[in-house]
Amino acid sequence: MITTSGLTKVYRTHRSRGREVTALDGVDLHVREGEVYGVIGQSGAGKSSLIRCVNLLERPTSGTVTVAGQDLTALAGRGPRAGRELRRARSRIGMVFQHFNLLSSRTVQDNVELPLEILGTSGKERSRKALELLDLVGLADKAKAYPAQLSGGQKQRVGIARALAGDPKVLLSDEATSALDPETTRSILQLLRDLNRQLGLTVLLITHEMDVVKSICDSAALMERGRIVESGTVTDLLATPGSELAAALFPVGGEASGDDRTVVDVTFHGESATQPVISQLSRTYNIDISILGAAIDTVGGLQVGRMRIELPGRYEDNVVPIGFLREQGLQIDVVDHDEPTLVKEGAK
Amino acid sequence: MTWSEMQPLLEQACTETLIMVGWSTLIAVVGGLPLGILLVLTDRGGLLQNTVVNKVIGQIVNIGRSLPFIILMVALMNFTRWVTGTTIGSEAAIVPLAIGGIPFFARLVETAVREVDHGLVEAVQAMGGNTWTIVRKVLVPEALPSLIASTTTTVIALIGYSAMAGTVGGGGLGDLAVRYGYQRFETGLMWITVAILAVVISLIQFAGDFAARALHRRGARSGPGPKLRLLKGEKPASAEVGKAA
Repeated sequence: MITTSGLTKVYRTHRSRGREVTALDGVDLHVREGEVYGVIGQSGAGKSSLIRCVNLLERPTSGTVTVAGQDLTALAGRGPRAGRELRRARSRIGMVFQHFNLLSSRTVQDNVELPLEILGTSGKERSRKALELLDLVGLADKAKAYPAQLSGGQKQRVGIARALAGDPKVLLSDEATSALDPETTRSILQLLRDLNRQLGLTVLLITHEMDVVKSICDSAALMERGRIVESGTVTDLLATPGSELAAALFPVGGEASGDDRTVVDVTFHGESATQPVISQLSRTYNIDISILGAAIDTVGGLQVGRMRIELPGRYEDNVVPIGFLREQGLQIDVVDHDEPTLVKEGAK
Repeated sequence: MTWSEMQPLLEQACTETLIMVGWSTLIAVVGGLPLGILLVLTDRGGLLQNTVVNKVIGQIVNIGRSLPFIILMVALMNFTRWVTGTTIGSEAAIVPLAIGGIPFFARLVETAVREVDHGLVEAVQAMGGNTWTIVRKVLVPEALPSLIASTTTTVIALIGYSAMAGTVGGGGLGDLAVRYGYQRFETGLMWITVAILAVVISLIQFAGDFAARALHRRGARSGPGPKLRLLKGEKPASAEVGKAA
């Protein structure tokens, strides 16, 4: 649904010639139809530039953006201003903002009607549609209120209703929940999830909060210094050994208590989560297992658990028990087993 | 001088001032609003970024702003004669007043429009709005309370200018005060014109603040109308109005 290839954005500071900042460095992103895709990264990683390049609020220096089969970069033309074609394409992409960006001079209903005014919809149709959308986001009773009379969460609901007014297939969310408290964040995310399901809306969101990815994303990408360093569906990511995103989504801690110990990360998903594998392992091989850290959570709608356990003896001594765990359909990451001890000590 | 002698003089002077200030304000607003908006749009990073246009308009506005009004008036005499056929009387005074008012108002408009949150512009761009849509639906309506305050300031400044215009044959209250108060030592009449001017200016300021505040009601969290807040003596909007002015 959204594809970017080789997207690069270089900012030149106005006066000092030669000083350039590369915000995006060859970003290839692929968002499938109907999914919620989260791009996560620290501030300055280029997330904002990325999402603003998708509807060309920011002109990419090079690379292409395709939304719903339409090459937007080709529509953009050369001048700095958006031509008619690009404007029409933008009207089919909804966008919600961190600071809501509602017009304070208009009522809630008039704010939602604004995109329709731009599209040239007739007055009666406009108000019908606006009221319908306000009902959808649960603010039917606030139609005549002004934005300043609403709470943050309500403002963002208006922002979402407004973004949906043009019947978009794609919704871009630029840190939509970052200005909200945790509880409101949850309700807004729930709303986005519902809209994604009910309307088949494709959502691309950027965020710096892992919880956002955890609670609603089907796929995720991690951005660092203008590049996407990891991406994929959340389930795939969790199943990827050594995935930074998976580790961040699911942090388990704990250090080995001695040199002659083997530390293993065990990830449970789906059916394997219900099996008493640890006690089976202990009984079958007659070994003592210490649990260093563990967590269970719902990621992308799936129940996932992760546990860091410690087995006595070196890796070589534990090949059989680890094989047993693998046989149970668990994902096993042995922590640091392949690094020679010498190097590890040298590194310290 | 008795009141019956003063009354017709005052009435006429008031009418003349009203005509001068009324028309010149109208022209200043009509001319200054697009200029001010253009100054913002053509600025670096603006929607219609154009350094040449920006610099040219900026220079014209600066010259218009920095020239003392009394000099501007004299300098424009030929132009005034060309437009109105005369350089004497309140009709003729409208020309320099309006020309002095346009850059004055344009700068105030520029400041007011610049304060509109860029995020709103971006939101409308993301909806597919063009520059004209952004001006009409975002910049002007969002800056409206400040624009009203700017208009108030302009009216008051023009009343001041109109008194100067009066001294060189423009008529109006300023002319009356100078001719009778200064040249004929009619202190009574002079004080009456001072009182009238003070009252008029207070009324205009009050009306302007009231209108700006009424528009600002959206900034208030709770329901009471502008009237109620005024009576309570709360001034949530006036601080901003004052700043813009």
